[in-house]
Amino acid sequence: MLIRRKSFLALGAAGASAALLAACGDSDSTSTTAGSGASDGGASGAPAVDPNAGLVIWCDDEKAPAIKGPAEKWGEANGLTVAVQTVPGEDLQANFITANQAGNGPDLIIAAHDWIGNLVQNSAISPVQLPADASEKLAPIALSAMTYDGQTYGAPYAVETLVLFVNKALTDVAEPATIEELIAAGGAKGAEHVLSLPVGEQGDAYHMEGIYTSAGGYLFGKNAEGGLNPQDVGVGKEGSIAAGEKMKELGAQGILSTSISTDNSISLFTDGKAAYLISGPWALADIKKAGIDFAMSAIPGFEGMNPAVPFAGVNGFYVASQSKNAVNAQTFVNEIATSDTIVEEMFPEDQRPPVSLALQQKLAPEYPELVRVAELANAAEPMPSIPAMAAIWGPLGKAQASIVGGADPKSTMESAGTEISSQIK
Amino acid sequence: MTTTQAPAHRSRSSSIPTILGKVLLLGATLAIAIWIIPALIALQQWLWVAVVLFAAIGIFVLYTTKRFIPGKYIFPGTFFLVVFLIAPIVLTFAYSFTNFGDGTRGSKEQAVSAIMGNSVQQAPDSPRYGLSVATAGDPAAGPYTFFLVDPEDQKVYQGSLEQDLTPVPAGDVTVEGGRVTEAQGFTILTMPQINAAGREIQQVSVKVDEDSAIRMLTANQAFEGTATMVYDEEADTFTNTTSGAVYTVQKVGNTDYFVDEAGNRLPQSWLQGVGGANYMRLFTDGKIAGQFLKAFGWTLVFAAGSVLSTFLVGFALALVLNDERMKSRRFYRSVLLMPYAIPAFIAILMWSNFYNRDFGLINQVLHLHINWLGDPTWAKAAVLLTNLWMGFPYMFIVCTGALQALPGDVMEAAKIDGASRLQTTMRVVMPLLLVAVSPLLVASFAFNFNNFNAIQLLTEGGPFPAGEYTRGGTDILISMIYRIAFGGSGADFGFASAVSVALFVLTGVIAALQFRFTSVLEDVN
Repeated sequence: MLIRRKSFLALGAAGASAALLAACGDSDSTSTTAGSGASDGGASGAPAVDPNAGLVIWCDDEKAPAIKGPAEKWGEANGLTVAVQTVPGEDLQANFITANQAGNGPDLIIAAHDWIGNLVQNSAISPVQLPADASEKLAPIALSAMTYDGQTYGAPYAVETLVLFVNKALTDVAEPATIEELIAAGGAKGAEHVLSLPVGEQGDAYHMEGIYTSAGGYLFGKNAEGGLNPQDVGVGKEGSIAAGEKMKELGAQGILSTSISTDNSISLFTDGKAAYLISGPWALADIKKAGIDFAMSAIPGFEGMNPAVPFAGVNGFYVASQSKNAVNAQTFVNEIATSDTIVEEMFPEDQRPPVSLALQQKLAPEYPELVRVAELANAAEPMPSIPAMAAIWGPLGKAQASIVGGADPKSTMESAGTEISSQIK
Repeated sequence: MTTTQAPAHRSRSSSIPTILGKVLLLGATLAIAIWIIPALIALQQWLWVAVVLFAAIGIFVLYTTKRFIPGKYIFPGTFFLVVFLIAPIVLTFAYSFTNFGDGTRGSKEQAVSAIMGNSVQQAPDSPRYGLSVATAGDPAAGPYTFFLVDPEDQKVYQGSLEQDLTPVPAGDVTVEGGRVTEAQGFTILTMPQINAAGREIQQVSVKVDEDSAIRMLTANQAFEGTATMVYDEEADTFTNTTSGAVYTVQKVGNTDYFVDEAGNRLPQSWLQGVGGANYMRLFTDGKIAGQFLKAFGWTLVFAAGSVLSTFLVGFALALVLNDERMKSRRFYRSVLLMPYAIPAFIAILMWSNFYNRDFGLINQVLHLHINWLGDPTWAKAAVLLTNLWMGFPYMFIVCTGALQALPGDVMEAAKIDGASRLQTTMRVVMPLLLVAVSPLLVASFAFNFNNFNAIQLLTEGGPFPAGEYTRGGTDILISMIYRIAFGGSGADFGFASAVSVALFVLTGVIAALQFRFTSVLEDVN
């Protein structure tokens, strides 16, 4: 009995540490929509890299089917085999950093630009050199998103941003110039909800960014070189408090509600219950399937205030720093940067608004909505890719949710600012 | 062991299947050791090399001789205990004294080479040369020479690490499609050859002038660029050649970085020991210390409440469905197991939608307007309710099994003695049942004490009162600590390990207390 009891004790204690380690291995789900800059532990689920392949690409399960064919075709033309391996999106960053560090990672990854800061501080990616005419061929936002500390780290291919979807059956104003106009027009024809904007109990700083910036809020100030300065946090400053006051107002009017989250925001719109929806190109498929007669426009700002500047996310190809086929990887990335062929072949499988201006023109007749998203993204701001961004999501989101629920804007925003600054190393 | 048993033992152990089994086991051990050790050495995992060696030697010493009889039995269990339990704990403990995390994963050499490599900037308005990598020696070993064709005037140049950029007379080489395809005295490398020797060829930079050099871009293109960061190994400093800023090693927080005079630091740092800093932070950070006890209190309530509620509901249902007068008991039993069959993360997400204030099933059906997940008290109730729904089938199964195993004669005796049904249940069934299920109740308590998923998936620890970011209304210790360790500025494994160690000690103490309690229960019987 004594032995059993002791081993039982050890088991219980081990269970505790295992649970914490398991918790540590979990992805940071507080900011999945926004794609947090934080990476976490555990190389579980990372595929074994084929040592015979001349180029190994890791990407998530949405992009893998799209890149597989074109990349293999490119490999054949260059006399090498290309292996495309799928890693679940929420594990990709952590697995890549760990595997690359251990020397058994891929040669290339496809990811959003807001990972760059964390990948660079972990020495996980190498810079790439884009051709001199890239600034003429690609949307400007794509290049600024790929630039970090004055260096270019990836070849961009797709961009997305938040836009305003309008249900034309529920409102007559398809392009509201201000939020005030949107509220008046959305309520005029008796829609159940004027605006479907995800907030949730934990807040959603990603979807709220348009409202936040329109009222004068900013996240990080700029340093002398034009990069973001993590020591200058805008949360808690004057503009953010003005934004908080607007959010409280909208919350009291019932325009914003913590009951609406990313779980139900799109379905409220597709069910015909909301006149307006703020979401990204990923909502297009559902909206079309629901047969809604819709229009798209830029997210409006408040009357007499700044225009709304939502986040933009840019997808690109990055070369692993410990790549065993660095030359092949750089050659592939250069191909992406100089020619539209591979990106165009990827498009049918995984439709994302392209950053190549020529490709935008080519696809415009058939896919006007996606190209419109790409155009609207030019007025957006790339999501900050500095690692300090990871400290923003939680506190700012929670503060916004509290304010929408009726909390005092000034003290809440200031406390969020203090919390964020204390988290930034 | 007596002498009369010894011959029997010897004859048993020398039977053919036994010998075969032994040979296979030892062969497999040797094969695994030989297969895995070179791989571990390549990865420089010295701890695991030692573990594998130790285990292989141990297996051979123990099982090739007829001695060490107790050792033969103790070894397998001990081995797995060490590898799967003690080793992770030791590693966690070791990490808790480092700054291991995002930005501090690798060695200083890796950080230095990354800073240099990342600083190469393309010279503005410079052409992209058509590149052919050539060698006078072995394609796999070099030394390598670049043949470059200027795309504008088709002039040919050559150069290498030793030789600065030199024009090549037109007659010496063959140019085709903007690249040199043949050069006298040189072998032109193919793309696979270049890729195979990529590491060395990427080191080749052909000097153009004082601060600019031509480097390989792809297998057939080269660009002119400048490394803007220069490392001085003697002084251990970086100098930015464009701005002139000098970066020296300085401590920021408890970690060394390269920092310039203005206080700007380079992002790359490296793995360093930080002593007890992680523990200091855990115990002295006002935010954490202040919220720890509150979270601990709710953790106890949550775990005890979950165990109690699931047990009472499970037990009551088991009692009812154990009564022979109930019809279609089999059907009811299967239906009651349904929550158990649904994966927890799906069930929890479903419940979190049910609780939505405006669109949730519960409020709509009952015509309520309860802010389930937005009010700290209601959120606690919601968490307990969901955990009850997920947990009662387990208690139901356990109690049903235990009830059916109770001896019938005891019940009959109670009946003959004139005990009512309630009395029989409370005084006879309950104590007998508790003997069987109390270890499971203890295990269930320990499980719920660390039931991270139930909290994280349902409420993420929320709701958070305005201005409070460390602990939400439903945060148990593990979910709060997870947010502290990973919610802020990237992953901080060093700090997370310190927290793990602290929690490990705490759970150990609680487990010890629980076993003291259950042993009291056993003594009664």
